[in-house]
Amino acid sequence: MKARLFSYNYEDTYIHRLSGLTKLVCFLLLTFAVMFSYDIRVILGVLVFSVIILRVSRIKFSQIKLMIYYVLVFIVINAIITFLFAPEQGVEIYGTRHVIWQGIGRYVLTQEQLLYQVTQFFKYLSVIPLGIIFLLTTNPSEFASSMNKVGMNYKAAYAFSLTLRYFPDVQRVYHDISQAQQARGLELGAQASMGDRFKNSLIIVIPLIFSTLERIEVVTNAMDLRGFGKLKKRTWYTISRLTGSDYFSLTLSTIILAITICVSVFINHSRFYNPFI
Amino acid sequence: MENAPIIEFDHFTFQYFSQAEPTLHDICLKIFPGEKILIVGPSGSGKSTLGHCLNGLIPFYYKGNIEGSLKINGKETRDLDIFQLSKMIGTVLQDSDGQFVGLTVGEDIAFAMENDCVPNPEMVERVDRVARMVGMENLKKSSPYELSGGQKQRTSVAGVMIDDVNVLLFDEPLANLDPATGKTAIEIIDDIHKKLKKTILIIEHRLEDVLHCDVDRVVVINDGRIIADMNADELVSSDILKKNGIREPLYVTALKYAGIKVTPDMKPGHIWSLDTGKVNEELRKWNRSVTHPDSSNNNSSILRVDHLSFSYDGVHKTLRDIDFDLREGEMISIVGKNGAGKSTLSKIMVGFEKEDKGAILYQGDDLKKKSIKQRAEFIGVVMQNPNQMISKALIFDEIALGLRLRHVPEEEIKQRVRKVLDVCGLAPFIDWPISALSYGQKKRVTIASILVLNPRILILDEPTAGQDYRHYSEIMEFLREINKLGITIILITHDMHLMLEYTPRAIVLSEGEMVADTSASIVLTNKELIEKANLKETSLYHLAELAGIPDGTQFVQNFIDYERSLAS
Repeated sequence: MKARLFSYNYEDTYIHRLSGLTKLVCFLLLTFAVMFSYDIRVILGVLVFSVIILRVSRIKFSQIKLMIYYVLVFIVINAIITFLFAPEQGVEIYGTRHVIWQGIGRYVLTQEQLLYQVTQFFKYLSVIPLGIIFLLTTNPSEFASSMNKVGMNYKAAYAFSLTLRYFPDVQRVYHDISQAQQARGLELGAQASMGDRFKNSLIIVIPLIFSTLERIEVVTNAMDLRGFGKLKKRTWYTISRLTGSDYFSLTLSTIILAITICVSVFINHSRFYNPFI
Repeated sequence: MENAPIIEFDHFTFQYFSQAEPTLHDICLKIFPGEKILIVGPSGSGKSTLGHCLNGLIPFYYKGNIEGSLKINGKETRDLDIFQLSKMIGTVLQDSDGQFVGLTVGEDIAFAMENDCVPNPEMVERVDRVARMVGMENLKKSSPYELSGGQKQRTSVAGVMIDDVNVLLFDEPLANLDPATGKTAIEIIDDIHKKLKKTILIIEHRLEDVLHCDVDRVVVINDGRIIADMNADELVSSDILKKNGIREPLYVTALKYAGIKVTPDMKPGHIWSLDTGKVNEELRKWNRSVTHPDSSNNNSSILRVDHLSFSYDGVHKTLRDIDFDLREGEMISIVGKNGAGKSTLSKIMVGFEKEDKGAILYQGDDLKKKSIKQRAEFIGVVMQNPNQMISKALIFDEIALGLRLRHVPEEEIKQRVRKVLDVCGLAPFIDWPISALSYGQKKRVTIASILVLNPRILILDEPTAGQDYRHYSEIMEFLREINKLGITIILITHDMHLMLEYTPRAIVLSEGEMVADTSASIVLTNKELIEKANLKETSLYHLAELAGIPDGTQFVQNFIDYERSLAS
């Protein structure tokens, strides 16, 4: 069967076996590490690390292709806008000015700006594999409890995990509806014009919304009838006991974060790595 | 039995804020501890509303105006909230798939306790205890989605029994279940009633299936009022069922066909309590008198499935060497358990999936090269849930959609849509918004939106799922009408009545193989086929046994032929 786009898929890997809580905490630690540091060496290090983990968890490129494309478009637009609005940001940060290309008017390309923007680009890029790993290797049902354990409101956590859980169902229904509408003559291919394609996608999306609302009503009723949301807190039946691997992963992530902070404090003496002085 | 009722409706009236009329009128009903009550009524009768009033979804989730009184355990429900009510009445909703929230069976059973902040060790102990009560103690770690239909039912029941409720409310427990699983579900409910002495309320419209086990009373609801409150024997002997659009048990229909007056002293409430001693001779006489119409179809082949094989993953074969021939104008059913390959077969016919081996031939031509859109010109498919097809606000636009997408001139579209609206009996509704239609009418709209493309073959997936008797008959009679116009119809179904009454021929799939291609009367009386397709033996067969008629299959066939002779 077609690999499901962007949804939990059980595989027996080291990463899948970790508890949801471990994965969430590791994700937060590493994300904080990349967000904190503006040292391209550290960021590239984390990026390489997260790509290795991606391989270990046997996530296929086809599963995440679409998301990667969207994020790339987003980061590229972000880079262009940064340059348009603040072409001297790098100069301001690093305190020197090495011109590469004179450009037009205020848009002068400097080495400092280039380093700043390349660093920022990889910063965003290295978070994506981490997020993907967390989402795709954690059973949606484990989500709620792990998020609740790190302090998130359990109702919000549940809403989030149910959304993820029903994602494959919604995809399946989308597929069914799309086929049935194609049999009625709907064209989804590239031959149709942009406007037509938009109108045609409504023919699928409208029934999808209505059938999804039906499902939501069923599950909310079922949860209400069993006392969901009565108290401010709740307990959990499944206590996932952390194993050696969990402790190892948590330690590793903490060390990476510590290294990042140490590099900033003791080597760079700031969040930025400055090769210009 | 204690004298104080556990549930007491006293001149209870309920009106949804969104409705002009009350949905429940002046309900007076007492239910005593330990009773097992069946509440039947057609769609829209108010039976589900009654259930919602009991479990607190009304007025917690669905708002409205309440008059009169409803007491549970002597407490007025309007003074309680849904959480307090859920400690007294446990509700098992239909569609057990939709209500699983836990990752494992154990977690799902514990859900209500988690919400109560019960400490973990106590939860584990209580889950163990309840899991044992329903016989799920070895499956606590399984995912609810891996379970069989019966096990899912047990898990749902355990999930509400964890609160030690006194009353269990089953809201349409049989909807979406195949006949074999439905039978198991009813047996599980009976078992809980007998062992744990709970008060049981079952809301259903499939009367005969619930009466597979004993009930104390049957309450009939229609138009928001209680029509009857009596035991099964009296109810089945009266004309209340017929008048209120509820299907009577098939064996009762057969007795009536034989000219026998059904009376309470024959104990006709259940097939296992029925005593036909005095009327056996009459029944045998009728059985001999049935004549057989010539129903052979000598038309040429319209669709041939030729040694077809298919696999989704290249390893596990979903369909293996399926081979049959369909003549023009036939109406057949394809039956089998969930996952037997029925839906896959229909997907291959219309081109959603491509066969690995073999071929589909339409009037002798291989369809391999034809696209989905091209096939749609002669094979139409109607999905089970009409809400998954309807994308326009107005009936006319919805039906015209397929033609507009094909760029048919607007003049011609008008003509063709009008013609189809006439055929489908939807002409009076031409300017109505679709949202104002009933489920059955929506179903017609989706059928019309396919018919407008003039297909020669129509495939319908569970056309009557979840429908009450009136809607069922409406949809099926309509399909019979279009079948008479020469359109070949393939029905994918679990519904045994549908097979018996409308499709002379049935194809049985089991684990991807075709295990039978024969008459409905044989499929419903052959033990091996029944098991393979998750069906159950029709009560007509038992009736034949009771009356000492040796050829049960022939008796079932006679029933079908007699019924058809009445229809024409």
